[in-house]
Amino acid sequence: MKKRLISALLAGCVLISFLSGCGKSQTKESKNSLTLFNYGEYIDPDVLDQFTEETGIEIKYEEALTPEEMYTKYKSGAIKYDLMCTSDYMIQKLISEEELQKIDINSMQYKDNIDKKYWDLSAEIDPGNQYSVPYFWGTLGILYNTKKVKEPVDSWEVLFHHEYSGEIIMQNSIRDSYLVALKYLGYSLNTENESELREAQDLLLKQKKDVQAYLVDEARDEIVAENAIMAVIYSGEAYLAEEYNPDLAYVIPKEGSNLWLDSWCVTKYCENMDAAQQFLDFLCRADIAQKNFDYIYYSTPNKAVIDSLSEEDKSNEALVPAEDATANCEISKMQSAETTKLMNMLWKELKAE
Amino acid sequence: MVDKIKNFLSRFYIGIILFFLYVPIFVMIVLSFNSSRSRVIWGGFTLDWYRTLFSSSEVMQALSTTMILAFTSAIIATVIGTVGAIGISAMRERNYKIVLAFTNIPMLNADIVTGIALMLWFVRFMPLGFGSVLIAHITFNIPYVILCVMPKIKQMNLSIYEAARDLGANSIYAFVKITLPQLMSGIMAGFFMAFTMSMDDFAITYFTKGAGVNTLSTMIYSQIRKGIKPEMYALSTIIFAFVFLILLAVNYVPKMKNARKCK
Repeated sequence: MKKRLISALLAGCVLISFLSGCGKSQTKESKNSLTLFNYGEYIDPDVLDQFTEETGIEIKYEEALTPEEMYTKYKSGAIKYDLMCTSDYMIQKLISEEELQKIDINSMQYKDNIDKKYWDLSAEIDPGNQYSVPYFWGTLGILYNTKKVKEPVDSWEVLFHHEYSGEIIMQNSIRDSYLVALKYLGYSLNTENESELREAQDLLLKQKKDVQAYLVDEARDEIVAENAIMAVIYSGEAYLAEEYNPDLAYVIPKEGSNLWLDSWCVTKYCENMDAAQQFLDFLCRADIAQKNFDYIYYSTPNKAVIDSLSEEDKSNEALVPAEDATANCEISKMQSAETTKLMNMLWKELKAE
Repeated sequence: MVDKIKNFLSRFYIGIILFFLYVPIFVMIVLSFNSSRSRVIWGGFTLDWYRTLFSSSEVMQALSTTMILAFTSAIIATVIGTVGAIGISAMRERNYKIVLAFTNIPMLNADIVTGIALMLWFVRFMPLGFGSVLIAHITFNIPYVILCVMPKIKQMNLSIYEAARDLGANSIYAFVKITLPQLMSGIMAGFFMAFTMSMDDFAITYFTKGAGVNTLSTMIYSQIRKGIKPEMYALSTIIFAFVFLILLAVNYVPKMKNARKCK
């Protein structure tokens, strides 16, 4: 009997300490702190420290690998994120699901540092620029070895005319692979038309025997090591590759390509809108944007940073694409469920072939 | 002749196994001294990655979180597990089997299931943070400790404990002086097992950690997007060397002690 009583008491103690513990920490948390959600390696850590120093706002920082992973973690509600940095189509999806809060962009002191061009671009996924602030952007193009490719490369055609059989690396990602074929055929990369997608599929199936491998990040190292002659690759990776191997060049094909844009947005959980706006404004400030640019080396939408670049960097297609090079480029948008299903099916066919 | 061939084949086999096990680690160690960021270009010898590693507050914080987490969770799990094992061993046959089966389930269960289940539970009762990860780690560590301690209890000679009680030792005194020393090797094995399990874990940590809490595994994971940085090779090299030293110590210190005793 005595034993039972003691164990009941102990269990009670544990329960109470549990409950009281959670009450305390929750009140402490809501004040003057922001929880950020970002891709890995996608901000200079000093910038976060500096923000805390200047404003006294504590920052909790979380990282994820893909937009899909971010979405899942956000939706699970386990952690209440205040600000999120994610990609174009994911922002569109979040807006459509009413997960975001409007930002008062006009009250931001440094909003004009972001070139109007990029605000317009961002408006394609966020009409009226109400929910998101552009952070970094880039393109998908061809990285090739100038010593081994004699002809000038300016079109996706080089991937499809069978001359470089066994020397081509494609992206191991559904949308990135199909957009190459779709753009080459002259269609929109956001197409929902089944016959256009099937046409792209035929093209990719024919190309498959020429493809050395479907890779993601490893593509860069393969080209640097000259194990392959050309790869479909993102501009940020291409810039790094050119640093290692001066014989490499990056080009955005004239038929156009994908232009991706990562932006910051404020989630519906955010209770401290002032602090969130302060942070967004801080990111647009010239010296901070410069720091992040030096750390990440992707294309920046920040005019102040672009102006201060060296002439050599300014003429680098991977870093600052020329105006007309991106003229035919498109942002990838959210797809309907049917199209996603169809593309998944086609992709399986392609990989299984 | 046949013996010779047999001998050669068995050595060759072992050699191949060791080769495939250790070559990747060796390549990583070499890369940690490579001054080029690329995995395929040798840019000369450097210690820069070790320098930047130690000056990066992010990495150092993740490292200290990992160590503190592994150490505390292992200690707490060892205490709970040892006491639990003793309790279970004193049960009647039927209960004994049922409880032991229940403690084995978390070990066999997929990490991801445990992780998600714990996350759902934590979200309901407390904010996610270091505390939630700690509780999660203790939870999955306890079965390993029980697993290590249980056989020792079975081997233990209960008569010595009873003799001590007969001779006037109270139960606590007899436990500390008689039972614990006999279980010590099992308890230590359980502790180290729990320590490494906690250091290794990714899935459960990933689901139960709060914002801003990172262990080495979750930090490295989030950095894969832009390619693994050479600092990570340096860090892994250090961890490998550390584990290697511990292994040496565990294997050789008892032998040296024995040698001394024999004299």
